[in-house]
Order: sequence, then structure tokens, then C-alpha cells
Amino acid sequence: MFKELKPALSMLILMTILTGILYPALVTGLAHLLFPEESAGSLLRVNGQVVGSTLIGQPFSDPRYFWGRPSATAPMPYNAAASGGSNLGPMNPALKEAVEARISTLKASDPAQKQPIPVELVTASGSGLDPHLSPAAVLWQAPRVARVRGLSEQAVRELIERHTSGRTFGLLGEPRVNILTLNLALDQHRLQLSRL
Amino acid sequence: MTTNGILQLVLYLSVLLLLAWPLGLYMASIYGKQQPSGLRWVLPVERSIYRLCGIREDEEMSWTRYAAALLVFNLAGLLAVYWLQRFQAGLPFNPQGMANVTPDLSFNTAVSFASNTNWQAYGGETTLSYLTQMLGLTVQNFLSAATGMAVLAALMRAFTRKEASGIGNFWVDLVRSTLYVLLPLSLVLSLLLVSQGVVQTFAPSQNVSLLQPVHYEQPATAPDGQPLKDAQGQPVLEKQTAREQTVALGPAASQVAIKQLGTNGGGFFNVNSAHPLENPTPLSNFLELLAILLIPAALCITFGRLVGDVRQGGAILAAMTIVFVALLALCVWSEQSGNPLFERLGVATQASDHSPGGNMEGKESRFGIVNSALWATATTAASNGSVNAMHDSFTPLGGLVPMWMIQLGEVIFGGVGSGLYGMIVFALVGVFVSGLMIGRTPEYLGKKVEAFEMKMAAMVILTPCVAVLLGTAVAVVSEAGRAGIANPGIHGFSEILYAFSSAGNNNGSAFGGLTVNTPFYNILLGIAMLLARYWVIVPVLAIAGSLASKKSIPPSAGTLPTHTPLFVILLIGTVIVVGALTFLPALALGPIVEHVQMINGQ
Repeated sequence: MFKELKPALSMLILMTILTGILYPALVTGLAHLLFPEESAGSLLRVNGQVVGSTLIGQPFSDPRYFWGRPSATAPMPYNAAASGGSNLGPMNPALKEAVEARISTLKASDPAQKQPIPVELVTASGSGLDPHLSPAAVLWQAPRVARVRGLSEQAVRELIERHTSGRTFGLLGEPRVNILTLNLALDQHRLQLSRL
Repeated sequence: MTTNGILQLVLYLSVLLLLAWPLGLYMASIYGKQQPSGLRWVLPVERSIYRLCGIREDEEMSWTRYAAALLVFNLAGLLAVYWLQRFQAGLPFNPQGMANVTPDLSFNTAVSFASNTNWQAYGGETTLSYLTQMLGLTVQNFLSAATGMAVLAALMRAFTRKEASGIGNFWVDLVRSTLYVLLPLSLVLSLLLVSQGVVQTFAPSQNVSLLQPVHYEQPATAPDGQPLKDAQGQPVLEKQTAREQTVALGPAASQVAIKQLGTNGGGFFNVNSAHPLENPTPLSNFLELLAILLIPAALCITFGRLVGDVRQGGAILAAMTIVFVALLALCVWSEQSGNPLFERLGVATQASDHSPGGNMEGKESRFGIVNSALWATATTAASNGSVNAMHDSFTPLGGLVPMWMIQLGEVIFGGVGSGLYGMIVFALVGVFVSGLMIGRTPEYLGKKVEAFEMKMAAMVILTPCVAVLLGTAVAVVSEAGRAGIANPGIHGFSEILYAFSSAGNNNGSAFGGLTVNTPFYNILLGIAMLLARYWVIVPVLAIAGSLASKKSIPPSAGTLPTHTPLFVILLIGTVIVVGALTFLPALALGPIVEHVQMINGQ
């Protein structure tokens, strides 16, 4: 055992330098050089001010905005300093209560909308930071947003269309809409209209 | 299952198996001491490492010396991670001012990373400094993976030796696994991941102003930090408004790459690969999924090549793939069928091109059902344990798949090195059992399988089972164990069973609701992880030593061929019978009962 002590300790130190310092440093250097935006967290700037990350969702409850996935982070929803899911089991009464509460909030937000609510709108995301929502769940909210903002539903649908990404290579993942950039676009849309 | 879903799964498996072939042959050359032509410039680096450490690279080690070197080295790594956490507050690269970690959590995390489990009792962005993540966790991600590969290299070598006393040199196997396999692959993968948006920066967290301020309630605290209670003893809630969001950043990509390639799985962030900054797009998800199973699959080819008959490795790879596909289908079907509760409440759960449908609780929109179920199956087939969806919120049968996959002993692909050496032990048991049936001395790849190998094999197979079942039993009957349960009813039992399955097989994934950052769980699960890792490695090395010292006998008419479909079935049968006999009673008390309750709408 003792014969192996010296090689073990020197190996640990060398490997720590190699894989714990040189490797992350090299990746960081190359990442900044090749992908400056992505490596910094895909931050979104409006007039020089950081207003979010395109990859991190934000909480919305105002009817003027599209709402994203319910978030189970604590103490506030979409807490990007402490990610987390609900971890509620399928039979947990708390899951039933949470889903029922979300359904009634959604129905109250647009009593005229008679289509069934897509499941993504009433279930918490895994990270609590999900920036996306399925096109079906966004379209479900389109009449409400159009009405509150005084826009035609057609205009809102076109905006949604522009912010929808399909499956990668037409195959991988799920089609999705980025809620933060969509809502930012809605606000800018209003600015453009007011300038006319 | 949707057509698109099937296409995604077929594409994944095809690319995986296509890439496993060349990588497997490449790794065979690495362990065969050949220098890959593109990496000749690494040779001086490799030599100087040996020189600095006082290692003679041509020195052969007996299995006991090999094991001693491995244990001393792993212990040193474990202690380093422990002390890094205990002192992190005063050390540099701690922009968020993280406090020192408690002794029990430090022990748990140190064991977890040294043993290639990467169980997360800590919450990445809320507990650990950048320095601890890099010098502690990232380093162990490499070294624990390289340790597993070294053990496998020794075992593979043992089949090719005749009446030899040595099984190779641990230091050489460790260094070559790191320098020629893990580091180059991680470098390429981490840059690919950054291109997709995985964060890689030393900058501190970023405050951003919210588009819409958010109102929320949180428990009020008195000036002395104690939570305030009202007259009824209920916590007092105070209204808060947040106008800003703090986005945790960090050098994630470099760690995510090796955590997937090395079947480690410990997340940079709390929710692991469900976090959009660890796994932002369907493409990053595909690449990370490939990385999870790539090396374990490729090592089967390496094995075949080194023992001189690639078909031998192909048979093992086939057995792994068949079990994988069967359980994958069950998981995808169960998650897509969803939770009947949602339908009763009138929610739309049909899958279409506009909505993933199914059971979306705990799942991310960009991955939907198919990629979440695929990930859950792959990460538990391998001893990876990273998650891109919350297993605790899976349907009962959808959650049974990852749990049973772990309980099978992490041999369906399994951990890098550890999966295949576990599977080779099952193969030894398989030929032994069939040898008994036909009344001949069992032999595998020209080596007689005798009592000593079987005793060691029994230890390899039974140690994790004992750790899982005993640990679960202790937790279920003790107050401290039940205190951690998050979900009421049967699901609470499943949470505990999953935790000990995960620790007792070095997987690392969890039914995350269980509160495990308590001295009880930190210590008990830490012990389970140690047993599952080292009480398996030492007997495997003993088998290697014993096989290397044997003569090699040419196959005769009485030899059971081990590259045929018959052997594939035999191998699958051995794995499934052991897994089913050991764990079906426990599973029946957990996910199976819960499934029956769910479909009956109770």
C-alpha cells in the first residue's frame, strides 16, 4: 500500500492540473473565441440593458403576455438562481390541486376559449426555467392576448409563427415557441404601432 | 407512439452503434499500447507524467498490487474533494460566496464523485464554488471514469494472458484512458455543446430585469433568522415582489461533456440536464444522449478486438441493446399514455405536431415525451444518472423502467468500464450455469471457470443487491429515513427504493423529491456507494488475476460458443433472472401497486 502512496499523490496533483485547470481553461478560452454569445449565457440585450437570457424563461401572469410553463422553483417562480421541478408523484393529491388551480386560472383568463387546455400549460417543467411552450399551448392563449392588446388574432398568430422553431432537422425534439422573445416582440409591436 | 417518436429512437440507436465501432477499435489500440497516429505528440506528455510520478510504465502489477494502487489513488481523490468542500469559503473562484459545506454532505459528495456515482445531495448552483466544481468534481469525473476503464482493461488483458502473474499497470491504464480517450472526446463535445448554448464562463451570476415583475409569498423571518409563526403556529407569509431575476452561470460545458462521456452524471446545476443552460436544444440533447452510451457501447467492440474475436464483443453488445430497446419501449409508452388524472380534468394530452401530450409534469417543452423517456432509460442503463426530466413525476411504470434498469446491476451498457466488467461477470455465471446443465467444465474465451471465479462473481453480483435492499429496509423502518419522503402513499416507498438502488449501483439519478441532504441519508447512501464500487472492483480484479494465471485451452467440441444468438439469450436470461428474483417483490410494493391504483383512478 505505502509503495503506491507517492505515485498516487503525484498522479492526483498532475491530473488535477490537467483536467481541473488546463482543460476547463482551454474550453473556456476556445468557447469565448468561437461562441462569445452562447458561452456567456445567451444574454438578451435591449438598448444595451440585459433583459434576460433567451434560454431562461421568465414568469408571466399578466393577460397581456403569453404565459409559459408553470414553474415549481422556490421561493418565486422561474428563480434562475435555484432551479427545480415539483417532484410531485402522479398520484399525489398536491399535483391534482395544482393542476386544478392552473386550469381555473386559465379558464378565468379567457372564458370564451372552449378548446381543451394543452397539458404543458398545467404541468410544471423539469427545470422550473423552461423558456419554451408548445405551439398548441401558445395558440390556445392567442385569442386572449389579441383581445387584451387590441390586436387582430391574425396578427398575433403571425407573430407566433415567426417565433416558432420546428424540430431540429425536421426530426429531433419538439416544435416550440420561445415565450420571452415572443413577449418582447409583442411589446415592440405595440411601440411600432404607436409610432405610426 | 408517434411516427416521429419511433424515427428519433431509431436514429439515436443507429448513430450510437455506428460510432461505437470505430471508437471501440481505437480504444483497443490504446490498451494494446499502440500509439494513435494523430496523437503522437501526446507521447512526450504521457512519458513525463510517468517520470514525474516515479512510475515504470513497463512494470507489470499482480492483481493485489493493481487493486492497492487503485484504492490508494481513489482514497486520495476522495479526501481531496472532501477537504475542498470543507474549506471552499476561504478559497478563490467563489464569486457567489458559497459557505463551507457540512461534514456529512462533504463526505457524501466526495464518495459520490470518487465512486463514479455522482449522486446529488448538494444543489450545484446553491452549494458549491466554481473551484470545488472544477478542482473537485470535474477532476473526479475524469479519474473515476478512467478508474473503471482501467479495471476493465486489466480484465480484458487477463483473457489474453497465459500463466501470467501480472494483469498490467494501473497507472498506465489510468493515464492512457484519460489522455487518449476521455480528454479528446470531452474537448470536442464541450465545444459542440457551447455552440448550442451551454454556458462556459468564469463570470458570476447575471442579474436581469424581468419583463413583468412577479409577486410571490415567502415565509417571514424574525431578525434572529428564525421563521415567524402566527398564533396557530402556522408560518407567517409575507408578500414580496421581484423585479429582477438572477441567472446562475459558470463553467458548465466542460463539466457537462465529461459528466456524460464518463457516465458520471452529476449536474453543474441542481436540475442537471433539464436546465436550459446545461442542455438548451434538441441537438445538445441528442449529443449528450450519445455521449452517455458511446464509450460503454464502444468498449464491447474493444473487448472483442482484444480477445481476438470481435464477435464476442458483438454478442455482449447485442444482449445489452435488446434489453435496452425492450425497456425503452415500455418507458416511452407509459409516459406517452400519461396520467389518467389529466384526462379526467379535461386537459388535452394527445400527441401531435403542435403538442407533446402525455405526462408532461417535470418535463421540458423542447424534449417532450420521447426524448425525456429515452434519456431516463439511457441514463439508468448506463450508470450515468444525469436527468433531463424529473423521474419522481414519471408515471408508475415509466418510473419503474429507470429503477429496474439500475437494479439489473448497471450492466446494460453500464458505466464506462464498470458496465462491461459487470456484464463479463454475468457471462461467466452464464457459462457456469450452462456448464452445469450439460455436465462439462465451463470455460469462457479459453479460460476454465472454476470455484474461485464463481465465488468472486457471486460477490460482484450480490453486493449491490444487498446494499439496495438492506439500505431500503433500514430507511423505511427508521424515523430519520421516513422523514425525507416527499410524496404520500406508495410513491414515498418508491422514492426510498430508488435512492438506494441508485447509490447501491453507482448510478446517481434520483426520485428528486426525497430530502437526502440529512446526516442519515448522506452517511447511509455514502456507505452504499462505497460498497457498490469497491466491493465489486476488488473481486473483479481478483477474477482478472486468476484468469491471467490460467492456461488457455483451445475450444473443443464440448465448448459452448459465446458469440451465438443462443449465448445472447443465455446472457440476457442470467441478467434478467437475477434482477427479477431480487427486486420484483420490492417493485411490487412500489411502482406496480401504484400503477394499479392509478389506472383504477384511486
